[in-house]
Amino acid sequence: MILLRNVSKRYPNGHEALARVSLSLDRGAMAFLTGHSGAGKSTLLKLIALIERPSRGQILVNGQDLAVLSARQVPYFRRRIGIIFQDHHLLHDRSVFDNVALPLVIQGYRQPEIARRVRAALDKVGLLHKEQAEPVTLSTGEQQRVGIARAVVHKPAILLADEPTGNLDPHLSREIMQLFLRFNQVGTTVLIASHDLDLISSLGKPTVHLHEGQLQRRALEP
Amino acid sequence: MSGQRRLEQPPVNARFRAYAINHLRALIFSLGKLHRAPFSSTLTLLVIATALTLPTLFHVALGNLKQLSPDWSRTAQISVFLEETVTDEQVPSLAAQLAQRADVAEALPITRSEALAEFRAHSGFDGALDILEDNPLPPVIVVTPALDHRATTALEMLVSALEQRPEVALALLDLQWMQRLFAIMDMLQRATVVLSLLLGLGVLLVVGNTIRLDVQNRREEIEVAKLVGATDAFIRRPFLYGGLWLGLGGAAVAVAIVTVTLLLLSGPVHTLSRLYGGEWALQGLGLQGTLTLLGVGALLGLVGSWITVNQHLQDIEPR
Repeated sequence: MILLRNVSKRYPNGHEALARVSLSLDRGAMAFLTGHSGAGKSTLLKLIALIERPSRGQILVNGQDLAVLSARQVPYFRRRIGIIFQDHHLLHDRSVFDNVALPLVIQGYRQPEIARRVRAALDKVGLLHKEQAEPVTLSTGEQQRVGIARAVVHKPAILLADEPTGNLDPHLSREIMQLFLRFNQVGTTVLIASHDLDLISSLGKPTVHLHEGQLQRRALEP
Repeated sequence: MSGQRRLEQPPVNARFRAYAINHLRALIFSLGKLHRAPFSSTLTLLVIATALTLPTLFHVALGNLKQLSPDWSRTAQISVFLEETVTDEQVPSLAAQLAQRADVAEALPITRSEALAEFRAHSGFDGALDILEDNPLPPVIVVTPALDHRATTALEMLVSALEQRPEVALALLDLQWMQRLFAIMDMLQRATVVLSLLLGLGVLLVVGNTIRLDVQNRREEIEVAKLVGATDAFIRRPFLYGGLWLGLGGAAVAVAIVTVTLLLLSGPVHTLSRLYGGEWALQGLGLQGTLTLLGVGALLGLVGSWITVNQHLQDIEPR
């Protein structure tokens, strides 16, 4: 599903965020990406979501070589993945419902279909009763769950999460991870960057460790 | 895995439906935004309206002047002074001859005695004339040019043709004041064009600036929308509609201002025209003028926002 071959990323300022990283994640698999901050976890996720382009190497997502995708095709590519951030990127000028509806609105879904899917997504994260709330009135954990609902509302084949539990206490973190496990159980490919090693090790999923832009544990190499 | 497969896109009818829905949402959203910020929206609309009103008023004024000028050129008559040798008896038949020319509408004979009587009546030199033994005035034929021969060159040709006749001493046409009028109108027309271009540019800048601020205020929203797969067209759309409404709304306000201004002027203009013995009414914008103004406003708004949004959209990418 996700395949990286000798991928390097050097930023214009000379900083080499990733160096010859190769990685393979099968359809329906789930894996964790660990490492200190600055190890290149975020860069790797950004490359898969086409927020950044690699300096060298090849990335295939769902059989699609990302290098051949033009800027015009990027939006259609992003519609097949869901992205979750440490700071949830919610829009504060609209309700929880409208935040979650955004991907569907962009894809031109009709209102009844939008309402049905948004409520289904909010139900999955346990926030159906908060659909008309303003994001600022929610707790950090709830805001993160709204971000997750938005990432899965259009039923993406791939879910990418960058430190989704970064701001949460251990109990809430575990809840969020259980949520990702459940999405993975219904066939979604999940890749999560996190430095919460204790939590990760308890979940029994493969882990890739990045150190200064290089892969350390080679568990997931092709 | 083969890496060259193109991204599948939804079927055409689904894409068209999505396209129509997206347009409708952008339209409603952009109108709602104007409604939610009534004060700044009104200010922007007024600025645009003022910029559109000035050249429009100039244009309407010119149109009215042009409408008047055929009326004035009716007074363009040629006074044909005849030689001393021509007798009063010959004058009417000579006038009849002139009247037969294709470029002459009317030729009115004025004999020496008629001329004297008229001069006595209007000049106030009644007593002085009594001293003279002879009538010093020549016979005159007042020639009115045919309707389709009132252009400056045609009039000049008629005058020289008349002067070439042996019976004619002098043919006089006071063209100068008309030439001046046409020159002034020509100048005003150019000034209107320049003014329109400058103020049109002003509208572009006002719309552009408004939309630029709007884009900056919604930077975060644009980033998130791009992250969840919004195309540039989707992001651009509400801003383009926003610019369209500003231009169209500004033009509508300008139509109202112009109409009210003309209503205020119509009374005095009517009085003025009656004093000159004319019966012309002030011409308004008309349906065509109104539609043109609205169209120009909408177009300027659309173009202004298009330029701005395209300029700033590339700067905003998710990080």
